[in-house]
Amino acid sequence: MGLKKKLHDFKIKNKDKKWLPAFSAIHTFLFLPDETTHNGTHIKAADDLKRTMNTVIMAMIPCLIFGMFNAGYQHHLALGEIQAVTGSFFSAEFWTMDNFMVGFWKILPLVIVSYGVGLGIEFIFAIIKGHEVEEGYLVTGMLVPLIVPVDIPLWMLAVAVIFGVVIGKEVFGGTGMNILNPALTIRAFLFFAYPTWMSGDKVWVHGAVERDQAIAAGENLDAISGETILGVLAQGKEVAYSTADMFLGFIPGSVGETSTVLILLGGLFLIFTKIGSWRIMLSSVLGAVVMGLIFNQVASAGIISDSSKFYGLMSAPFWEHLIIGGFAFGTVFMATDPVTASQTNKGKWIYGFLVGFISILIRVFNPAYPEGVMLAILLMNVFAPTIDHYVVQGNVKRRLKRVKVKTA
Amino acid sequence: MGLLSKKDAALIKDPLADNNPITIQVLGICSALAITAELEAAIVMSVSVLFVLGIGNVVISLMRNIIPSKIRIIVQLIVVAALVIIVDQVLKAFAYELSKTLSVFVGLIITNCIIMGRFEAFALGNGPWRSFLDGIGNSLGYGVILIIVAFFRELLGAGTLLGIKVLGDPIEKTGVYAFGYENNGFMLLAPMALIVVGIIIWIQRTRNTSLVEDH
Repeated sequence: MGLKKKLHDFKIKNKDKKWLPAFSAIHTFLFLPDETTHNGTHIKAADDLKRTMNTVIMAMIPCLIFGMFNAGYQHHLALGEIQAVTGSFFSAEFWTMDNFMVGFWKILPLVIVSYGVGLGIEFIFAIIKGHEVEEGYLVTGMLVPLIVPVDIPLWMLAVAVIFGVVIGKEVFGGTGMNILNPALTIRAFLFFAYPTWMSGDKVWVHGAVERDQAIAAGENLDAISGETILGVLAQGKEVAYSTADMFLGFIPGSVGETSTVLILLGGLFLIFTKIGSWRIMLSSVLGAVVMGLIFNQVASAGIISDSSKFYGLMSAPFWEHLIIGGFAFGTVFMATDPVTASQTNKGKWIYGFLVGFISILIRVFNPAYPEGVMLAILLMNVFAPTIDHYVVQGNVKRRLKRVKVKTA
Repeated sequence: MGLLSKKDAALIKDPLADNNPITIQVLGICSALAITAELEAAIVMSVSVLFVLGIGNVVISLMRNIIPSKIRIIVQLIVVAALVIIVDQVLKAFAYELSKTLSVFVGLIITNCIIMGRFEAFALGNGPWRSFLDGIGNSLGYGVILIIVAFFRELLGAGTLLGIKVLGDPIEKTGVYAFGYENNGFMLLAPMALIVVGIIIWIQRTRNTSLVEDH
C-alpha cells in the first residue's frame, strides 16, 4: 500500500475530527490528493490556487534575496565599512557573503513570523469554521516581509499580521472574499499604529535605531541614518543616489521594494505565466507617468515657487517616480492581486490607471505619507467592485441597444 | 416581586444586551467614534446622554398627547436642545478642562440618533414612567459600549486609563515599555473606533446567533 493511499485512508478514518482541515492543508500542500469529485463536469487544469500562489512567490524570490544583500550593504555602508557601489549591477562590493548574512539573519525572522502567525490564524479559523484551510496566505506571507523596514520589531509585525488577516480577510469570509489586499492592510496598520518604526531616516538601515539608543545612553558614536529617496525629496534636499542606483536598487527602502530591475523581471515572469494582469501593470505605469508629467509641467511653468514644500517631489522627473519608493513593487505584486483588483478588462485599465495616478498625487501632496502607492492601492481596492459594476452595466446596455436595432 | 415589573425591567435590560442601541440598532455611531479616545470623555458623554435621554423621554411622554404630529420633530429638538444646553453649562461651570476636550460633541448630543430615535419610537407612545426607564436603559446600553471602546482605545493607544499611566512611562521606558512595547497610534484614530465596535458586534452575534440577519 503506497503512502498516497495510506494518507487517503487516514483522512477517511478521521473525517469527523476537528483538526482534519489542518491535516488536509498540509497534505494537499505536499501531495496531489488521491480524490476526485463526484458530480458535474470539470475542466482539468494544472494551475490550481496553490500553483498560482507559488508562481507569485517564485516571482518574488529575486527581490527577497536582493533585499537580504541590500540590508547588509546599507548597514555596512552606513557604518562606513565599505565603499558605495557605482552603476554596475554585479558590483563585488555588494554581493558579498558578509552583506548577505547580515540581511539573512534580519529578514529570515520576518519571514518566519509572517508565515507562522498568518498561517496559524488561517488554521485556527479553518478549524473553527470547519472548512479546508485556504491558500490565501501563501502570497501575503511572502509579501509582508518585503514591504516592511528591515528593523521592524517582530512583535509589531505579529500584531499587524493578526490584525490584517482577521480584520482584513477573515471577517469578510476568508480568501477570495476580502475587499482589501491583506498584505497592504498589514502594512497600513503598521504605518498608522507605529509610525516611528515605519517612516523617518532611521528605520531603513539595520542598526540605525540601536545606534541612536546607544548614543542616547551616552556612548560616543556617530549617528547613522539612511533616508529613503522619497523622504529626501519631500524635504527638498538633493538626492545623493544616481539613476542607476535607483533602478538597480542600491538604495535604502523596505526590504524587497528597492530593486526596480528585479521587480520588472518578476513582473515579466507573472505576465508570461499569465498570473499577473499586464493591463493593470501597464495602465498603472501610464497613470503615474501622466500625473508625473502634469506635476513636472506645473513645476517648470513656475506655478509654484521652488521654496514650496511640494517643489522637491513635484519637480522630480516623472520617470524617477517609477523607480523610487514602492511604486514598482506595489504595481507588479499588489495592484494585480486578482481578488481585490477589478475583474473586467476595461475595469482593469481604469483601476490600474487610477492606482498610478493617485499614488503620485499622494506622494507629492502629502509628504507625511510618502508611500502613496500603498494608500492608492487600498483606495482603489475599495472602488474596484464599483468600477466592475459600471463596466458590466455599460456592456449590458450596449448589447441591449444592438438587439433593439436589429429587431426594429 | 421586585421594584420593577418584568415588563418594565426588560426596558432597562434589553438595550444593555440584545437590543443595544449601538451594536444592534447601529445608532449613535458618530459619537462612539469621536469621543472614545479617552475613557474620561466617554464616561462624561455617557452620563450626559443618560441625563438628556432620561429627562427628555419623560418630557416628551408627558406632552405626547398635545404635540401636533406635523411639528413633533421641532418640539423634540427644542426639548433636547434645552437639556443639552443645561449639560453644557454645567460642564463649563464645574469641569471646564473636560468641556474643552468634549468641545462641540456636547452640542452634538442634539443630533445623536439614539435620542431622537427613542423619542420617536418610544416616548411618543408610552407613559412617563416607562419612557423614563426606556431612556435610562438605552443610554446605559449606549454608555456601556462607549466605555468598553474607550477603555481599549485609551489603554492600547496611550497606555493610560483615566489619564493614569497603567502600563508605565513611554518616555522613561518603565513598565512594559522597558521590554520594547509601544503605544499603538492607530488606536487613537477614528477608524479604529469603528473596528473595535465591529469586533464587539462580531462577538455579540457569535454568542447569540439569533441576532444574525438572514440574507
